[in-house]
Amino acid sequence: MSALLSVRDVTVRFGGIIALDGVSFDMDEGLVVGLIGPNGAGKTTLFNCLSRLYTPNKGDIVFQGGSLLGRAPHEISTLGIGRTFQNLALFGTMTALQNVMVGVHGRTRSDFLSNALRLSWVRDEEEQIRSAAAELLRFLDLERVAHVPVAGLAFGTLKRVELARALASRPKLLLLDEPAGGLNHEEVGVLGTLLRSVKDQLGVTILLVEHHMNLVMQVSDRVVVLDFGRKIAEGAPVEIQRNPEVIRAYLGDAQ
Amino acid sequence: MSAPTIAVLVAAVIALVLPFMLSNFRLFQFTQVFIYAIALLGLNMLTGFNGQISLGHGAFFAVGAYTGAIMMDRWNVPYGWTIPVGGLLCLIVGFLFGIPALRLEGLYLALATFALALAVPQILKYFEHWTGGSQGIVLTKPAAPFGLPLSEDQWFYFVTLVVLFVMFVLARNLLSGRIGRALVAIRDNPLAAEAMGVNKALYKSLTFGVSAAYTGVAGALSAVAIAFVAPDSFNILLSISLLTGSVIGGLASISGAIYGALFIQFVPNWAQDISKAAPWAIFGLFLIVFMYVMPYGIAGALRLVWNRLTRPQG
Repeated sequence: MSALLSVRDVTVRFGGIIALDGVSFDMDEGLVVGLIGPNGAGKTTLFNCLSRLYTPNKGDIVFQGGSLLGRAPHEISTLGIGRTFQNLALFGTMTALQNVMVGVHGRTRSDFLSNALRLSWVRDEEEQIRSAAAELLRFLDLERVAHVPVAGLAFGTLKRVELARALASRPKLLLLDEPAGGLNHEEVGVLGTLLRSVKDQLGVTILLVEHHMNLVMQVSDRVVVLDFGRKIAEGAPVEIQRNPEVIRAYLGDAQ
Repeated sequence: MSAPTIAVLVAAVIALVLPFMLSNFRLFQFTQVFIYAIALLGLNMLTGFNGQISLGHGAFFAVGAYTGAIMMDRWNVPYGWTIPVGGLLCLIVGFLFGIPALRLEGLYLALATFALALAVPQILKYFEHWTGGSQGIVLTKPAAPFGLPLSEDQWFYFVTLVVLFVMFVLARNLLSGRIGRALVAIRDNPLAAEAMGVNKALYKSLTFGVSAAYTGVAGALSAVAIAFVAPDSFNILLSISLLTGSVIGGLASISGAIYGALFIQFVPNWAQDISKAAPWAIFGLFLIVFMYVMPYGIAGALRLVWNRLTRPQG
């Protein structure tokens, strides 16, 4: 079986700085892959290549057999890739429910004219959007805040709203950029369980960028390690934890 | 019944009774309010819901008005046709203007649209053969059909009211569903909106087109209502009035368009009544007071009052 996502020799340069330097790895369907590395290793740059916010100077990114590089940013969601953002990127004036409803946008079709005329199939579509969003709010235990504008919600809650919004497109691949960032110990534990059930119950493949090592090692099937834009290791969590190069990247050389 | 339903019913009754209680001149002023309300609704879609600032909607108002006037004056087209044609033409012009506008954000877009508003009156004068130059085009007010016992002003008041109603229903449908959410998503967080599959470039230019179409319909109606068009009626002050009206009425509020239209129609007149010497100073004072007292516009203030009244005490 070919990989769901294949990152091939991706290089990104910003002026004289090389943010990613010939990074390659494959992701098989149904796995959680952890992407780790010290600050500035190029993890978010790689994410932004996957969401088509950046175009690599070299290399290719192949999803389900087709290259992503010819696609516009708004087509990525429809192809089956959802994402969350490192620093929350919710729609501040909308309620939690409305935020998640926007997440369904990429897999619905109605246009300006049919919406203005509120044709009967548009009403049906709207009903489907609403019930899909409501179901996700239930799944993530967010029913209580469904009708509250997100601007007033607690940080941990907002992280879950963002996850619900990303899942609303029914992605095959979910890109999570530091989902544990800013969460307390207890919330990180809940998140770990949640990510496992997203994978097992919804069958979503997850690429997880995270600094919280316990979480990465607990939920990942494989781990890819970046340092200064290069891939320095890849393997099962136990292998990575023992890998001398990884230890050196994180802790520096012990003379 | 919910509060909005009651409010709409009360407004509808008032709107239907007004023509039989007011003088023709007063009634004409209310026709103007409806026309402004349609234009403001269009501008509000663009600025309030989608976050694109336009200081140039007077230009689309002018395109709508002149399209209607030329059709009636040159080709004797019945006025009923000028309204959809004015709207469609502005839809196209607005969409085309919206494409280069995609590259401009915030104040830069405001300046580009400002340039449009400055240019249009002069362009109208230049094509004198069609537009009648500075003299403009004089039209005749349509009489009520089927021998209805209505004056010209009464008749056109009802025509405008029907158009207003249709435009409001279409806008509410558009803005309350999937497309409306996408427009607000683009305003709140454009990167995240694209990641959710919203085609930002297409939606922003289409919104520009629809917004211009609303303003064009308003322009075509105004040509008939006033029975006269001239370049200087569509100067930059009109564009600024429209933006003022949509902010005072309430950005991102549909009913706000009505309040904003009442404001830009009547407040300048009151200012004139208060001080013949310095009406704009008085108008400015009104503007500042409104912004202080109602930071979310009149619609926002009404919502706040309603919530206070209905929420249980304690």
